[in-house]
Amino acid sequence: MSLLEIKNLNLSIYRTPILRDVSLSVDPGQIVAITGESGSGKSLTALSVMGLTPQGTQMTGKVLLDGKDILQTSEPELCKMRGQDVGMVFQEPMTALNPVQTIGAQVAETIRMHQKTGKRAALAQAEEMFRKVGLEIPSSRYPHELSGGQRQRVVIAMAVALRPKLLIADEPTTALDVTTQARILTLLKTLVQEFQMGLLMITHDLAVVSDIADQIVVMQEGQVVEQGQTQHLLQHMSHPYTKALFAASGHQVDLPQTPVQKPLLRVSGVCRDYPIGRTSVFGARKSFRALHEVSFDLGRGERVGLVGESGCGKSTLTRAILGLEDVQEGSIALDGQPVFAGKRPNLDVRRQMQVVFQDPYSSFNPRHRVGRLITEPFHLLQAPPEGIARQQVIEQALTDVGLHPTDAGKFIHEFSGGQRQRIAIARALIIKPELVVFDEAVSALDVSVRAQVLDLLAELCRKRPFTYLFISHDLSVVRSVTDRVLVMKEGRIVEQGPTESVFTNPQHSYTQALISAAPRLPELA
Amino acid sequence: MIQYALRRFVSLVVSLIVASIVIFAVVEVIPGDPAAFMLGVNAQEDTLNALREQMGLNDPLPVRYFNWVTGMLSGDFGNSWTYKAPVAEMIADRIWVSLPLAIYALILSTLIAFPAGIYAASRRGKPGDIAVMGATQLGVAIPNFWFAMILVLIFAINLRWFSAGGFPGWENPFDALKSLTLPAIALALPQAAILARVMRSSLLDMLGEDFIRTARAKGLTRRQALWRHAVRNALIPVLTIIGLQFSFLLAGGIIIEQVFFLPGLGRLIFQSISARDLIVVESVVMLLVFVVILVNFAVDLAYAVVDPRLRSRV
Repeated sequence: MSLLEIKNLNLSIYRTPILRDVSLSVDPGQIVAITGESGSGKSLTALSVMGLTPQGTQMTGKVLLDGKDILQTSEPELCKMRGQDVGMVFQEPMTALNPVQTIGAQVAETIRMHQKTGKRAALAQAEEMFRKVGLEIPSSRYPHELSGGQRQRVVIAMAVALRPKLLIADEPTTALDVTTQARILTLLKTLVQEFQMGLLMITHDLAVVSDIADQIVVMQEGQVVEQGQTQHLLQHMSHPYTKALFAASGHQVDLPQTPVQKPLLRVSGVCRDYPIGRTSVFGARKSFRALHEVSFDLGRGERVGLVGESGCGKSTLTRAILGLEDVQEGSIALDGQPVFAGKRPNLDVRRQMQVVFQDPYSSFNPRHRVGRLITEPFHLLQAPPEGIARQQVIEQALTDVGLHPTDAGKFIHEFSGGQRQRIAIARALIIKPELVVFDEAVSALDVSVRAQVLDLLAELCRKRPFTYLFISHDLSVVRSVTDRVLVMKEGRIVEQGPTESVFTNPQHSYTQALISAAPRLPELA
Repeated sequence: MIQYALRRFVSLVVSLIVASIVIFAVVEVIPGDPAAFMLGVNAQEDTLNALREQMGLNDPLPVRYFNWVTGMLSGDFGNSWTYKAPVAEMIADRIWVSLPLAIYALILSTLIAFPAGIYAASRRGKPGDIAVMGATQLGVAIPNFWFAMILVLIFAINLRWFSAGGFPGWENPFDALKSLTLPAIALALPQAAILARVMRSSLLDMLGEDFIRTARAKGLTRRQALWRHAVRNALIPVLTIIGLQFSFLLAGGIIIEQVFFLPGLGRLIFQSISARDLIVVESVVMLLVFVVILVNFAVDLAYAVVDPRLRSRV
């Protein structure tokens, strides 16, 4: 008998069907990964096992944990089960912990909920668990004093404190850097083996899935479209959706070669200091140097990638290049003109630069129509087009990014994530800037949509010389859409060079670590 | 933590200095001759001179400010022109009515608001929540003086449980508290209504947070998750409101003091303004500002007790 067996689970929320006929099983010591794009029902499947589905949920079918049907179990019974028999790890380690309790107390709480243990004994047990998950810090720390990876270890310690039979992990590494991700995945694998737990893991990242799972379950629109042993499934995938998903994940963009001309953007010796508070009441203000003498050139027509982990200074550099903040040392010039003139950004230069941000949901004013949204950069122009000319520019911009001219009259909520990102690109390109900065522009998108957006970039490159700086933590994406790549660590550029040679033959130890930590899709037949 | 407290303390001192300068400027510098203002248009020249002398108006401004501040620091608030009595004594008499009243009302409002807010939040959308929210809506809408009169009608005139007004002094603490009870309720209920609403919405925000889901996954019941994880996090906005309310209760009890005929600070200010006794007004306002700033300081410290993130922020 399997540890967890979901049989024909149907789930609807306020009569809207979400899951249809989901069946899967997890054995002790086995890692089963549910994968699929956003809205496929992965997370709800996991929550149904915890009995933590949202209000208004109706379920039919069976969810058997060790032979006991969770759908027929009363709430008090479920409370006893959660934490004891099933543990859960969540996606966002930054918010998953209570900010006003010490990490020791929070892990000890799991123990004290289910066992009659004294406070001290529970805390000692929690500390033992911290060692087990590789956390070597005092248990009296508060969550805000920890890094993302450390917090995720605390969450894991909390979930496995009582050695549950089943661990559910919902996108446990999605919010983490690649090197941290690799370490957390190894930890999960070790724990599964040591405790002989079943692990039900939910992730959209197929490279992670292929790397860690024994069994893969592919979901689409609330249904399981294919499942099987990892090796077998990778070799003989049959469902078109599975094939499309893997194809999109490893999507290589056909980037046209363009001759690189003279430097367009020149960043030389840039340092950026942020003031941090005084350490004593009457002490001097201290500052934190976020960028250390960063220098590089960006040629006209060149596509450059910038990679590095969170906190390495990518965003600071972006803000400095866009002239949103002044720098303390060094200079940034576009076509020989400084981006920051005196105390304010140089508008002449700002006209030549545009940016596309990560979040396609929050970077638009929801009360404006698309036609108005994409013409926002017009205020940078001295003589923006008006009347029919303006209409033509809007239509052209929308057509260029694969949308229809009539979309100009719609509101942003009428579009999907991928379409919104197209609109963001249209907004950036409408004033024909010399340089576009993509700041994690495809990181929030599903793989298939991401592939389309990347193809769009290649297509735009074919139409006219297109210079961009592509900032991302995702190495495979950077590899496919850039000519040259910069690797940043702790505010310094530690390596730069042609993309292919950096990826195939990294020189700096950090680049090597980064590349080896990144999970890779297996070669598919 | 000590760093944080020290910084807040420095800010307290700075606020006090700024406030004293502003009050001094408004009362003594801006309108022209305070003595002429206090005595009205028909004042005799020699009375004016006597008042100017008493107020030290003939000295240069910095000297006057310095004398005023050092006087207050040593407990000398000057003499009231209308009552011919030391202001310090007058304030001392009144503050023993107003301060206990404000604290009493604050305790009542917190005692009502916390359970009501928590109850409503834990039953979001259910009849209990709707009932509590309806009641608080009413509490916010009803003016406290009207409410005070209703209380007098019911509990003093009909039931005769309390006296309708007046204050017997603190010789008998029970009687004193009893005479403050109706005013405290009248002051507290509208405040409790606001506080309960803040508590509820702050709790609901917290209940939507990820760490509540984590707590539930550990096996806590909905109620346990609420009490152990949401309440303390929800306290921060609530503390802010409590701080603001205390200032209001202390100085804003003026109407309630009138209704219940209590010899409090509110009445003192009201009477001295009517009598144009700027010496009293100036000192009482400064005292109120002092208390308000002190309460804010206490709220700041309370934040740090509740939230470890503030403690470590340097």
